[in-house]
Amino acid sequence: MSSFGIFDIAGSALAAQSVRLNAVASNLANAGSVTGDPNTVFKPKEPVFEAIAVSDGQSLPGVRVREIADNTAAPLKRYEPGHPLADPEGYIYAPPVDAVEQMVNMISAARSYQANVEVMTTARDLTLRTIGAMSR
Amino acid sequence: MVSDDASHASQAKTAVAGPLDNLLGIQGTALSLHRARIDQIASNIANADTPGYLARDIDFEQALQRAAGSADAGVDIARTAPGHLNAHNSAGAPARQVYRIPLQPAQDGNTVELSTENAKFAEAAMRYQATLTFIEGRMNTLKTAIKGGE
Repeated sequence: MSSFGIFDIAGSALAAQSVRLNAVASNLANAGSVTGDPNTVFKPKEPVFEAIAVSDGQSLPGVRVREIADNTAAPLKRYEPGHPLADPEGYIYAPPVDAVEQMVNMISAARSYQANVEVMTTARDLTLRTIGAMSR
Repeated sequence: MVSDDASHASQAKTAVAGPLDNLLGIQGTALSLHRARIDQIASNIANADTPGYLARDIDFEQALQRAAGSADAGVDIARTAPGHLNAHNSAGAPARQVYRIPLQPAQDGNTVELSTENAKFAEAAMRYQATLTFIEGRMNTLKTAIKGGE
């Protein structure tokens, strides 16, 4: 039995949730990146999580980011003929980033991150207390 | 000659270890089961946002009876592919896993509810500490016996 497997599990979750936070940051940062070509417009990034064994001999699954998928929603088309990047018909294309959805995602990721930090803190306290009890 | 020595040594070891074998009684088993349960709930919390993940818990009472040998051994799940998860907990003791029934099922098939898991985690941590306190008391008792009350 590895007494420290719990740290691998909670640690894998911290890593995955921070990837999710990074994806939210990237999506929000690029929300205003308009182009004149619908094919080159920024596609919002969506991390896909997967349960997986994180260490040898550990039967309980941690989590990892299986892939960072592109959101396939159509870009937002706006008629702005005066825009320097507008195509010949006067349209510009913005990424389909929903700011509200991204903020919700961010709060969810932050809460999950906190929960896992809490798990690590408790696991550390219990482990230290156990070691202390056995070595006195 | 060598083998004789070895057998003497092993006899001596058995004689010494005998009364101390069951030093902690059921509490030692309970501690490792609590630990396994804490690990299981940590795994649930880690997978709180994984689509399709089913939250699990350990049936503590049944696991303890089984570890103490008073319940029937039951059956284990066969692992026919390398990707299959082991039905045994990390302590190596067989523990029956049970699925958590979600209060509000999610669209993505995930049954982890962070509030429930947080509560269960706090409960498991508290039980672990309680068991640890019993063990500490037991060790203090033994220490007093060894030192002759000094």
